[in-house]
Amino acid sequence: MAVAIVDYGMGNLHSVSKAVERLGYTSLVTSDAAEILAADSVILPGVGAFGDAMEHLRESGMDDVVRAAASAGQPVLGICLGMQLLFSSSEEHGEHKGLGLLPGAVVRFAPRDGYKVPHMGWNKLSFRQPESPLLAGLTEGHVYFVHSYHALAADSDLLAVTDYGHPVTAIVGRGNVYGMQFHPEKSGELGVKLLGNFLRLQAQQA
Amino acid sequence: MLAKRIIPCLDVKDGRVVKGVNFVNLRDAGDPVELAALYDREGADELVFLDISASVEGRATMIEVVRQTAGEIAIPFTVGGGISTPDDMKRILRAGADKIGINTAAVNNPQLILEGARHFGSQCIVVAMDAKYNEAWGEWEVYTHGGRTPTGIRALNWAKEAERLGAGEILLTSMDADGTKDGFDLKLTAAVSGLLSIPVIASGGAGKIEHFYDVFTEGRADAGLAATIFHYKEIAIHDLKADLKQRGVEIR
Repeated sequence: MAVAIVDYGMGNLHSVSKAVERLGYTSLVTSDAAEILAADSVILPGVGAFGDAMEHLRESGMDDVVRAAASAGQPVLGICLGMQLLFSSSEEHGEHKGLGLLPGAVVRFAPRDGYKVPHMGWNKLSFRQPESPLLAGLTEGHVYFVHSYHALAADSDLLAVTDYGHPVTAIVGRGNVYGMQFHPEKSGELGVKLLGNFLRLQAQQA
Repeated sequence: MLAKRIIPCLDVKDGRVVKGVNFVNLRDAGDPVELAALYDREGADELVFLDISASVEGRATMIEVVRQTAGEIAIPFTVGGGISTPDDMKRILRAGADKIGINTAAVNNPQLILEGARHFGSQCIVVAMDAKYNEAWGEWEVYTHGGRTPTGIRALNWAKEAERLGAGEILLTSMDADGTKDGFDLKLTAAVSGLLSIPVIASGGAGKIEHFYDVFTEGRADAGLAATIFHYKEIAIHDLKADLKQRGVEIR
């Protein structure tokens, strides 16, 4: 089972790649379209700014490749900024178009007393759709977040939220396209299990 | 609500953990990668590596330790010690660390905080400061070079300045409390926490489980860091977290 980790020049992919390997899968850190489209599942990582990331995706042609993977039915998982890129748009440093695989916009946290921005640290997941295969066999627990912007997702796509003064999108899913706002590869045992559930999706569909 | 964090700190010299580590269930208790993986399994929320190597070779070894650690653990970790330029930061972050700790270099060149935050984001810049009570001032003074050099800088002023320049967190070590095992310096921690809107990691003085409870409540800290008491198993992280949770502290 091969997992393609899309390399478009944003951030460190080493931790994600090793986490995938520890779960018993082959990880390919790649920007090769054929390799990505042949993989059993696809992970879109990302740290940094939304606009820069979209530019890198477009320049490398990876935007079309990720869309093609999604429409071919390959399980696709966006992590952190990678999740935000799945949405229609973001207001991070100007208005930017996203990949448009999920409806909704990415907006900045509104300042609130007692809630620091970035939202950084361990926060608890509340499952909105516990029946989702991504959450199968798991109990609600803490995962590790680092972000200053959050996604306003459609209710039907919200699999889990976390409370940061208001419910914040934590896990989304629509068909074979999934996203996690936190870093599963930095989220201890629960993170590893969530990643494991995602990687098992392909086997379940086959 | 964010959980309070428990952070073991590992002193590493030339790629080896120093400060007697007393684990029977490790093949090699001096191996920082193996020890990091153990702390991850035991429930640590984050780790700090402090590189105390004095040589160029020692620092190069640290990069390899960081790379291997990033592949072995599933929690965030910070690397500090001897980092004085954005290039140093880049090497450590590229190797897989999540955050960079800067101490003396930031006091000598506060612009380093600004540059680090601009290049890599505030979330990965941890400003570490060693503070000691100055009787004459009636407040705390910043010391550099591992606590050897008084700077004449007021700790509260420096903390505020570090935040303004873009620090994402403050790792605050009380030199008065450090090594005493009598508890964290609650006054210092509460004073810095109350002044800033970024998280404060309290360090120095932890000896008992209650000390963590005190620093999270009265000290208003976001995280508690310790070394020896974890290394010598005087406090098991699992027991510490269970106890805090029972007392109503938000814990992972």
